Amino acid sequence: MESILFYILAVIILTAALFTVTTVKIYRAVLYLLIALLGIAGLYFLMDYDFMGAVQLSVYAGGVMVLFVYAVMLTEKVGEPVRKIALFRRIIAAVTVLLLMGLALYAIWNFDFPTASNNKPTTINRVGEVLLSTGDGGFILPFEVISVLLLSVMVGAIVIAKSKKSKIENHD
Amino acid sequence: MIEGISIQLILTFTTLLFFIGLYGFLTRTNLIGMLISLELMLNSEAVNFVAFNQYLYPGKLQGSIFSLFIIALAAAETALALAIILQVFKMTGSTDVKEVKDLKY
Repeated sequence: MESILFYILAVIILTAALFTVTTVKIYRAVLYLLIALLGIAGLYFLMDYDFMGAVQLSVYAGGVMVLFVYAVMLTEKVGEPVRKIALFRRIIAAVTVLLLMGLALYAIWNFDFPTASNNKPTTINRVGEVLLSTGDGGFILPFEVISVLLLSVMVGAIVIAKSKKSKIENHD
Repeated sequence: MIEGISIQLILTFTTLLFFIGLYGFLTRTNLIGMLISLELMLNSEAVNFVAFNQYLYPGKLQGSIFSLFIIALAAAETALALAIILQVFKMTGSTDVKEVKDLKY
């Protein structure tokens, strides 16, 4: 049952991802990306990691998506196709990507993974304990560093996106 | 851990997703389109980390925590990149990579 769900999700995600990179209208690419992100959240739930699925839904499908939608609406003419590169170059890109993909798949299928047999779901309790633990294997320092990083990114994004004086006034 | 699905299958799926994203990154000429492809690649990485954690070391949480950090970093990167793209649009009137030859002048 779970394997069938995995196959369905994989097909949905890969199809949406393909449409994301090939559609000529950028707004549609954003919406296809939303479908792919929702599918990946489903994959996290399937892998017994509920917290990550919830984070994926709220941060990606919620926050990042809103950012993308606003950025597209502020900069693009919605509904008009964007410029595409020449067919020859697209073929070169596709061949390169396929070669690299073959290499990666060859490596994956020829490596003997020491798979563990016991099945343990990752609960929110454990995640919280490890994230705030100061002992061995605790993640308190990266946790604090990333909170400082998020603060600086917030300030930086506001400073960069803040509207400056127009070019004409600057030249006076 | 998903019943009846080996780790190789999950890694195959994430590899396909990653290289679809790479193809988009190589062929898009729009800054926002490139950023969208980057998001696909980052997502496949996060799924990889969770899969390794759940299949190889189910008792530990290193991979799971790492994927959380990936999501936080990806959100930060998206916010900054979109702010820069908005500023580029104000200067050049377009978000095509052809217009972005120089950063300030």
